[in-house]
Amino acid sequence: MYDFRQVFGIFPIPGAIVTLTRRDVEAIAHLARLEITEEELPVYAGSLSRILGFIDQLAAAPTEGVEPMAHPLENQVQTLRDDIVTESDHRDRYQGNAPVVGAGLYLVPKVIE
Amino acid sequence: MTAAEIGRGLRAGKFTSIEVTRHFLERIDHAGQLNAFITVTPERAMQDAKSADARIARGEGGPLTGVPIAHKDIFCTDGVLTSAGSRMLSNFVAPYDATVVERLAAAGMVMLGKTNMDEFAMGSSNETSWYGPVRNPWDATKVPGGSSGGSAAAVAARLAPVATGTDTGGSIRQPGALTGLTGFKPTYGRVSRYGMIAFASSLDQAGVLSQSAEDAALVLAAMAGHDPRDSTSVDVAVPDYAAGLGASMNGLRIGVIREFFGEGLEQGTGRAVRTALEGFKAMGATIVELSLPNLPLSVPTYYVVAPAECSSNLSRFDGVRFGHRCPEPRDLLDMYRRSRGEGFGAEVKRRIMTGTYVLSAGYYDAYYLKAQKVRSLINADFHKAFNEVDVLMGPTTPTPAFAIGAKVDDPITMYLNDIYTIGANLAGLPAVSVPCGLADGLPVGLQIIGPHFAEQRLLAAAHAWQQETEWHRKLPPLFA
Repeated sequence: MYDFRQVFGIFPIPGAIVTLTRRDVEAIAHLARLEITEEELPVYAGSLSRILGFIDQLAAAPTEGVEPMAHPLENQVQTLRDDIVTESDHRDRYQGNAPVVGAGLYLVPKVIE
Repeated sequence: MTAAEIGRGLRAGKFTSIEVTRHFLERIDHAGQLNAFITVTPERAMQDAKSADARIARGEGGPLTGVPIAHKDIFCTDGVLTSAGSRMLSNFVAPYDATVVERLAAAGMVMLGKTNMDEFAMGSSNETSWYGPVRNPWDATKVPGGSSGGSAAAVAARLAPVATGTDTGGSIRQPGALTGLTGFKPTYGRVSRYGMIAFASSLDQAGVLSQSAEDAALVLAAMAGHDPRDSTSVDVAVPDYAAGLGASMNGLRIGVIREFFGEGLEQGTGRAVRTALEGFKAMGATIVELSLPNLPLSVPTYYVVAPAECSSNLSRFDGVRFGHRCPEPRDLLDMYRRSRGEGFGAEVKRRIMTGTYVLSAGYYDAYYLKAQKVRSLINADFHKAFNEVDVLMGPTTPTPAFAIGAKVDDPITMYLNDIYTIGANLAGLPAVSVPCGLADGLPVGLQIIGPHFAEQRLLAAAHAWQQETEWHRKLPPLFA
């Protein structure tokens, strides 16, 4: 089999060492509203550290005065459609995919005590 | 038989769509071990085939009428499970058709079913699917590539004559290369994304996995074009791609990207690609070596931009309106956290967290803004190159298909599979992978990249190559 570390010798996996802690991962997971188990925390801390170290090679790229590129559609103007109703009512159909509904509403756990 | 050949046979009355459809449904039945499909829709297929036969009998059939197709499970299909390869959507029955699905149905194509894929299109090996890995028809111990791995395996094993795919960082071209197919990614904005489950919105584009450039031309022409329901779809006329396939390669200026031929390239792959370049030279093309100095930064740029956009796009999966909800949530926050924690797989969670981190206060400028600036540099490299040449060529992947399980533990080596394909996504360029040889008995892909809206030129080049060679006609021995 191909050893990717050798195959990619020309593109060295960059050297920046980033070390995320379990607490960092917990904080990120909270922001992302993801439950991460105790056992998973060190695994993600390791792989996310490696990914952040990998993307850190961008830091050395000379970008003074370079405009950021948000999307590839140059000279394209965002088109706006006329403000008229084009959709018909499919509420029941759409709510068929909802976990819990009642009286045409999407139900969630109690928010206000 | 290619999709075009099936279409011609149907219109000539050699066989019916019902017969053709039954043939492919039987092949699907006997190839369960590939795990190429998440859902097979035999009743729908037979209905579609019946209508197609009636349409052909009335003399109203087009080139694709009655020809079966499989759709990647990222495209919404009315009344059919649309899972995106995720537990999160394993109960989601789409209430409408994606524009791509609608247009191909309008052309008379017969839907066979929905193909397996990396979860939310995040992967290069089809190993992140909640429905299990897809196997490569050329060697069942190898990956088919990803994320459109189910579509690639289905067409390579001739379980479907053609299939749709999506390409965010190489997800059509890379599996196309690894399974011996023509994998076509159009210009960003060429094809409507309405009803296509979003991963990274500044990169995603729908395309085709097919047996030939001619098939890609026919299917692309049927699915492309402006759609008022997708504000990023571009209002540029769709040419008759099939009509332009005969263009001569004489005088075509081909740029060979030096950065794609370094030590990183596996030997057999490099050999096959260099032989293909000689083939184009023999057809009258000229070859110029070019450097795109910022291109080696495309993978790290992508792994900032794509996770950032995915963390935002996937915030819609909250367990409220659709998708998985955890059992017995204690409160709203618990419901969000556990529904998402249970519904998403490890790679999707990793990318959401990467994206959340690079977009978070204090890091945004250092990562996301910086990556967007590097993206400008890469884009400028391509534009400069296209001032000198008509197309760029190189390998699609650094190696042929690798073993299932070989890279699942190391995200970085997995990400580096897409080192040659990501550039075209960052710049929004059309690109195609065509079979150009075998290395250790496994298919190798030649990648052809063009300027914006040069689909016609790429298809003509791919077609010219396929008129000279038989690589695209080679079948995996087990499915011949």
